[in-house]
Amino acid sequence: MAAYYAWAQNLLPFQWAQYSFMLNALLAVFLVSPLFGILGTMVVNNKMAFFSDAIGHSALTGIAIGVLLGMRDPLAAMLAFSVLLAIGISLVKAHGKSSPDTVIGVFSSTAVALGIVILSRGGGFARYSNFLIGDLLSITVQEILMLLIVLIIVLLFWARFFNQLLLVSVNPSLAGSRGIKVLYIEIIFSVIMAIVVTISIQWVGILIINSLLILPAAAARNIAGNMRQYHVIAVLIAIISGLTGLILSYYWGTATGATIVLCASLFYVLTLWGYAKFN
Amino acid sequence: MAAPNSCKATENPACGLCCTKINNFAVNLADTVILQDVNLHIHCGELTAIIGPNGAGKSTLLKAILGEIPHQGELRFLDAANRSTSAPLVGYVPQHLDFDPGAPISVMDLFGASTSRWPVCWSHRQAQRLNCQTALKRVQASHLLDRRLGKLSGGELQRVLLALALTPIPDLLLLDEPVSGVDQRGMEIFYEMVSDLRHRYDLSIILVSHDLNLMARYADRIVYLNKTVICSGTPAEVFNNDQVIKEFGKIELCPLDVDHSGKGD
Repeated sequence: MAAYYAWAQNLLPFQWAQYSFMLNALLAVFLVSPLFGILGTMVVNNKMAFFSDAIGHSALTGIAIGVLLGMRDPLAAMLAFSVLLAIGISLVKAHGKSSPDTVIGVFSSTAVALGIVILSRGGGFARYSNFLIGDLLSITVQEILMLLIVLIIVLLFWARFFNQLLLVSVNPSLAGSRGIKVLYIEIIFSVIMAIVVTISIQWVGILIINSLLILPAAAARNIAGNMRQYHVIAVLIAIISGLTGLILSYYWGTATGATIVLCASLFYVLTLWGYAKFN
Repeated sequence: MAAPNSCKATENPACGLCCTKINNFAVNLADTVILQDVNLHIHCGELTAIIGPNGAGKSTLLKAILGEIPHQGELRFLDAANRSTSAPLVGYVPQHLDFDPGAPISVMDLFGASTSRWPVCWSHRQAQRLNCQTALKRVQASHLLDRRLGKLSGGELQRVLLALALTPIPDLLLLDEPVSGVDQRGMEIFYEMVSDLRHRYDLSIILVSHDLNLMARYADRIVYLNKTVICSGTPAEVFNNDQVIKEFGKIELCPLDVDHSGKGD
């Protein structure tokens, strides 16, 4: 508790709040956290943790393609590639006979290897290492606006399609018997996930973006009894970890994304304890 | 949702006017014939049980009826007013839910998600809760409304799924081995409930089952399927068929009233 009080007293003068980059990052945290908290609930329910991980890793190939095409900002190439990959995996998963894990593993490792081969040509891979860790403090006002638009799109999608998404996650045949186009819903969801993950990679980093998606939901499901609680708790955990991680990373001089993920992991441990206690 | 149907509105004993016809169903998956020449005629108010060895295509037939697997042939549903449709309202009770028992999905969430567009992650409207309660009452499960799916027993989950398949009351009810993982007594309770609902709502029911003794008791008609319909008819007819005896052995046909003496319910 002593450490907590020291930290709170440190916080009161709001030294960090004097910098505009910190205020930008603060805004970004308020947009990214609910976005990841909400999406994560269904990623975890659909057992798609590996899938979102693959999408994150495929960003390397997107960057490589962007570089080959001579783009200064490879985001468009990254988006295009991850969306294609998301659709590809969904289709192969639906029609193939191998287990989804194998299918995703094959796609993902091929994509990562291809990306590294292209980017490391001539020994210049270090230039792209900022994509591995990400830098939330570099976020610009335009990018914050883009995040806001993405958040609104996800909220609209959730409002319209959440029920169908939930039924598909419970049992595809049951969903089909209720007139839900299962494959269509799965593809839209994975495309939205691919877009959100890819856009966020430059700030959160390839290595840890999946943790940010999975952890709040994984923690929330330990203590939630229904879908409403699940969402509320996941979003709260995401926002609190986001704020705490941002401020801590300022004082510690650490990478923001990773610090946020550590905070979320702490929540997971806490809910696990709560689960053991109350169940 | 469904067109008003005089047959169903009155909750009377079987009107026998509506029926489902399955004509020349065939399913091929990658050059392998799974089903061929399947012709069935199912009357409302009747429980039709599909039996057959493993790999006979029983679940495939249900999935073809659901439209999940592409098939040849046609499905026609004729309602009491003699209106014909190829897309009847189908209720489906899956064999098992492949959901993660740790998922925070309540029974109310499942109902809300299935019967309305109001996102269940936001809230449940009062009217929805009442509807769900009414539906659960049909299977004596209204106390399960706020329970997590993962915390239900096998039998409770099957009743909840049955209640869901009956909301709204379908033209055709499909049950795929609906009591796997439920004990003997639980199975009897389940089938008695299905049997009762069939008369009350004049349902056409297609049931896939491995439990031939229970089917001998509760089914009105039995279809022995093995890639195609080998034989069909009343339990007495089918269980005395030479091929059925060869496959399953002799099944004791015990009338309901005889069996009840020992159960005392």
